[in-house]
Amino acid sequence: MNQACSQGTCERALFTPEMKATHTLLIPTMLPVHFKLIIKVLEQEGYHAKLLTNSGHSVVDQGLETVHNDTCYPALLVIGQMLDALESGEYDPHKIAFMITQTGGGCRASNYIFLLRKALAKRGYGYIPVVSVNFSSLEKNPGFSLSPSALMKIVYAMMAGDLLMNLSNQCRPYEQHPGSADRLVDYWTEELEQELRHSIVTVYGRIRRRYPQLIQSFAQLPRRAEKKIPVGIVGEIYVKYSPLGNNNLEQFLLSEGAEPVVPGLLDFCLYCVYNGIEDHKLYGGKFLYSTGCRFILAYLLKKQRDIIKAIRAQGSFKPPAYFKTTCERVQPYLDRGVKMGEGWLLTAEMVELIDSGVKNIVCTQPFGCLPNHIVGKGMIRVIKERHPEANIVAVDYDPGASQVNQQNRIKLMLANAQAESGTAVAEAAVTSKASMESTAHPVPAPVR
Amino acid sequence: MNISIGIDIGSTTVKVVVMENRQILFQHYERHLSQVRQKTAEILRLAEPVLRGRQFSAAISGSAGFGVAKLAEIPFIQEVFATSKAVEAFYPGTDIVIELGGEDAKILFLTGGLEERMNGSCAGGTGAFIDQMASLLAVTPQQLDELSLQYQKIYPIASRCGVFAKSDIQPLLNQGAAKADIAMSIFQAVVNQTITGLAQGRPIEGKVAFLGGPLYFFQGLRRRFQETLQLTDENALFPETGPYAVAMGAAVHAARQQPVTDYNTLLTRIEQSAGQLGDSRFLPPLFETQAQYNEFAARHAKASVPQKNLDTYTGPAYLGIDCGSTTTKLVLISKDGALLDQYYGSNQGNPLDVVQRELIRIRERCGARVSIQGAVSTGYGEELIKSAFSIDKGIVETMAHFQAARHFNPQVDFILDIGGQDIKCFKVRNQSIDSIMLNEACSSGCGSFLETFAKSMGYTAQEFAQAGLFAKHPVDLGSRCTVFMNSSVKQSQKDGAGVDDISAGLSMSVVKNAIYKVIRARSADELGENVVVQGGTFYNDAVLRSFELELGRQVIRPSIAGLMGAYGAALTARGLGLAQSSLLSLEQLRAFTHTARPMVCQGCNNHCSLTVNTFGDGGKYISGNRREKPLGKKAAQKLSDLYEYKLNRIKALEPVKGARGKIGIPMGLNQFENIPFWHTFFTELGFEVVLSDISVLELYAKGRGSIPSDTVCYPAKLMHGHIENLLEKQVNTIFYPCMSYNFEEKKGDNHYNCPVVAYYPELLRANMPKLKKVRFLYPFLGVHRRRGFVQKAYQYFKSQPEFRGIRFLQLKRAADKAYARYEQWKQDVAVEGQKALEYARQNGLKIIVLAGRPYHIDPEINHGINQLITSLGLVVVSEDAVADLVPPTKVNVLNQWTYHARLYNAASWVATQPDAELVQLVSFGCGIDAITTDEVMIILERSGKLYTQIKIDEITNLGAVKIRIRSLLGALEEREHNFSS
Repeated sequence: MNQACSQGTCERALFTPEMKATHTLLIPTMLPVHFKLIIKVLEQEGYHAKLLTNSGHSVVDQGLETVHNDTCYPALLVIGQMLDALESGEYDPHKIAFMITQTGGGCRASNYIFLLRKALAKRGYGYIPVVSVNFSSLEKNPGFSLSPSALMKIVYAMMAGDLLMNLSNQCRPYEQHPGSADRLVDYWTEELEQELRHSIVTVYGRIRRRYPQLIQSFAQLPRRAEKKIPVGIVGEIYVKYSPLGNNNLEQFLLSEGAEPVVPGLLDFCLYCVYNGIEDHKLYGGKFLYSTGCRFILAYLLKKQRDIIKAIRAQGSFKPPAYFKTTCERVQPYLDRGVKMGEGWLLTAEMVELIDSGVKNIVCTQPFGCLPNHIVGKGMIRVIKERHPEANIVAVDYDPGASQVNQQNRIKLMLANAQAESGTAVAEAAVTSKASMESTAHPVPAPVR
Repeated sequence: MNISIGIDIGSTTVKVVVMENRQILFQHYERHLSQVRQKTAEILRLAEPVLRGRQFSAAISGSAGFGVAKLAEIPFIQEVFATSKAVEAFYPGTDIVIELGGEDAKILFLTGGLEERMNGSCAGGTGAFIDQMASLLAVTPQQLDELSLQYQKIYPIASRCGVFAKSDIQPLLNQGAAKADIAMSIFQAVVNQTITGLAQGRPIEGKVAFLGGPLYFFQGLRRRFQETLQLTDENALFPETGPYAVAMGAAVHAARQQPVTDYNTLLTRIEQSAGQLGDSRFLPPLFETQAQYNEFAARHAKASVPQKNLDTYTGPAYLGIDCGSTTTKLVLISKDGALLDQYYGSNQGNPLDVVQRELIRIRERCGARVSIQGAVSTGYGEELIKSAFSIDKGIVETMAHFQAARHFNPQVDFILDIGGQDIKCFKVRNQSIDSIMLNEACSSGCGSFLETFAKSMGYTAQEFAQAGLFAKHPVDLGSRCTVFMNSSVKQSQKDGAGVDDISAGLSMSVVKNAIYKVIRARSADELGENVVVQGGTFYNDAVLRSFELELGRQVIRPSIAGLMGAYGAALTARGLGLAQSSLLSLEQLRAFTHTARPMVCQGCNNHCSLTVNTFGDGGKYISGNRREKPLGKKAAQKLSDLYEYKLNRIKALEPVKGARGKIGIPMGLNQFENIPFWHTFFTELGFEVVLSDISVLELYAKGRGSIPSDTVCYPAKLMHGHIENLLEKQVNTIFYPCMSYNFEEKKGDNHYNCPVVAYYPELLRANMPKLKKVRFLYPFLGVHRRRGFVQKAYQYFKSQPEFRGIRFLQLKRAADKAYARYEQWKQDVAVEGQKALEYARQNGLKIIVLAGRPYHIDPEINHGINQLITSLGLVVVSEDAVADLVPPTKVNVLNQWTYHARLYNAASWVATQPDAELVQLVSFGCGIDAITTDEVMIILERSGKLYTQIKIDEITNLGAVKIRIRSLLGALEEREHNFSS
């Protein structure tokens, strides 16, 4: 079977209903807090699931050996992490399955799952089922299905993760007791896990009722009053979030005295759903699908509103922006028809960060990331045209990229940011002059 | 004001400046040869007279300075930031700063919106790059500069990274181009890289200050910058203090602080920061003990060739010449294959002189006793040598290597050759070459890389290799390209790795690069049982040992590892069965002279840069043209070529004057295929459709300035030039739609375009301010749903002024005709494809399916590879012409891009045809082809077909392409031969 697979097309190993009881689903890490909560939901559904936490160079080496090296870095890491786990001997290969998300867009990321299967087959693990989690019904497994209630719980778990990430990011740089923000995150992860156990009828109400208390507890963390330079992190979803992918970028920024600002995962989901509606608008067809998307979008937006309102009501923290605002803000820069990879959302996040006062941004991407040529590096110029104060650095990540080089570029960005904030008053005149110059050539509305 | 010191520790040099009241009291600039801390301390001692007894403040800057600053607890200032401080203080009125360092390049826009940019992960076009190029030309950087001032002509040389540039320069050298011209071309490449990579569309105007070592020392580079940027003398600032700018900035920065240290404290802190190991990764040593090494050495000593003394030998002899990219090898063998004479040496940038000298020596030694009965040349310079010295035959180098390896071990099933410039490897199955892999433009890590590195650290290649053998902690440097390795080495040096550790680490990297990047093997078993390694690089025991360790098995390294190509050529010469070789006689050799002259061919539209070598006897060899045969003479039989057919069809599209005026369309990317659709659509609607010209290098250069992402594929980069071209044509409306989806051909799971093709118009709009002056229409349109297209297109166009008064039915009619035209066009290509296949079969010719994307028919993208192939006597068919001849192919991956689905189908078709082979064209940077190449290879190999991939970029070395195609032909020939016998 192994031979057959590497030689040609092979039937994929299915996740059968029996496996639900015998097999453990292994999930690669991206956002530990979010994923921990999501795993709890899977467990409630009767699956055995485990988050892979192995990291280090052996992960990269496994990836390099099994995946075409010109493939994007996240694929290499995700697959490397899975194979590294397999080779660690910690798991019985006959008792596990892998789980991986698949967005089904025009980016090559949709192919991760196939590359994973190829890699497994090459190593003689062709029998291990790989379960795809996707919104586009790309492929199915008889033993794996999520009930609507489980899906909804996953959404709640994800939003709770976003909230914890948002608040802890605003606390961590200022905490008086090192580690106190993380401990609070752990505490709330446990608490929310308990809430997620409840029936779907009451679960959302329960979680929502905890929001004020949760936000309040972060607000009460003893923090220093100083104001650090906020630095936004945007980019390809995996390297943006995963410390494994971005060489511990958040940690580095913290150690350099900056405050990392990371947009949440919900925005990406909203973006995916939104694209279903936009597709119908641009090309026609798929009426039912787009109507479904509209319904889901409205549902998610309502939940987003609950969180934003709760943060506002408490008053200590900066809430995420409404998705509608995000959509509107990107309008002058890029059409929302750009839907591959992170698409227009990436540009939108940069604009939104700047508008909310986060002028310094690290735009992360795997080396040679196709969509980011357009929506990342390709848009920096227009963003700076309208926001001369923006200080954006694009950083490429890949297995050979040296950390020194990456850090040097980020340091330059930080040096500029510090100079800017240090001499803010003195340079205000200069900036306003620059912005006047830029308005001297008004940008006509894009022809569309 | 107080006294302050600025220390700039760069990738290759240390600069120290001591300053008081903006007066420089002391300045020093020296290469640190990776001994970062020692060198810094040394220079500090030199500064003792001005520092002793004073209290002063200090700051460190530079890419290698961070670690030192941290350990020595001295403030660190980022180097670009330091530069801006220096400019502020010392060169007021400057608008733009261009600073080149050892491995960094920076540009600072100071006026009109402050912006600072530095090179990213691709660090071509820097001081280290120039050093590398100088050693390639066998001159010192100083001499390179002197040479450059005598240039006459500039050749296009890629500067994205050293590897690209080398593969451009090497053929130039081999073709005999003047060193002066190459030297200046190298500087021009640096200039181009700075403009493309860093300025990214922001104009470089006003007063420009040029800082950093290279811009201070190299006059030629200065001149290229000034001329290319068209700067007047007043506006081009080359300050005397240029190399010290960063150190000066650091000193200025330090001066703002209170004095905190004195001479002794500073020196002690710097010295004590040394020797602390950081977070670099280390590998186990190559050899634990001397005994281990002795056993290893004894084992390899066994693989040797018998030698005979030429001074006493009588009888026939056979000559093999391997004129490689950096070295020239000659071998003379006896009838029984014993070595009579051998030569291995650098070709010093001029292989003809070397070969002439060696041939004279050999002829002299032979005297009348030994008759040379056959001579064969191979390698990069094969043809040049063949025509210069009247050699009997030239063979492609892969075949030469195979001949030699087989002689050594008839069971050989895998050959790996790491030469100075290239890595070649091939599997052998059924006594013939089964698959050939050559290093692509980006996977570097060959012998010359090690050599250059050794030199840059002040060692010879041998000393460097020797140092690595017993290194205690070899550094793990990864396996990507040279540029990345440079940075990794920098990092490891920061962490205190010594020269021995770096040498061993680099050997390991070279090996890993070969195994995982070029061969892409997953395990030793994939390489086979009997592995023969050869090429000069394997003389390096550290590399050989690394290879065996990584593979986990023993391999054979013949004692003549570096001569295998020449030896194989000599064996081939022996097989020719000639009574006498046509090789020049001793007198002729002594009288041999040659001159090389550059020219531009006017033979066809390609206008290739040529080098005409004229030999003493009046013979000529012209190199550099795309077609196999020198032009001007009677054109060879014209073979069917679908690439040419498709391109000619597009060229034949005429603008039809219309009532609605002109509409411009850039001819690149998907337009190569969609143009019949849009041309008909707009012509029907009353527009005169103006296309941008077919790409040429100059067109690319025009748009180069506005490319924001350096790593995007070349076809996409060309679009900037096409827009410029349309603007020059005075069109007021440009149409270039965004298309997430392509036409649905029902070959795969979906019908997407790749993200770059889909959204490049958005990028152009955002990065080409000139587009604001015209009407740039870039709607999102989907041609995949016909009904949807008509509705949505109508909604869009009716509100555009150019389309005023347009009616729905009118647009629908135009769309109907456009769809029909598109279908007809595709049909025509299919029919033409059939004709080509029939023609090939009637004439007994082989068919090459040159499988790429529609835009690969662009001559500036394919660099004439299709013509090269037809000139070798093969019929070229494009992938879309055969993709419909088989049912949709099932593949192991998500088959969701229209263009890529055709590749799989084309491969499936080739797999069923005995007389067809597939060559896949892959644009450098095409992320999606990382997925397709593996699949296409699997489809072909399942049917026992050979897979050949050619990576193309801005500049492609056709010489290497030719080797691949000829190797493919050689392997096929061998296969047929084996099959019939």
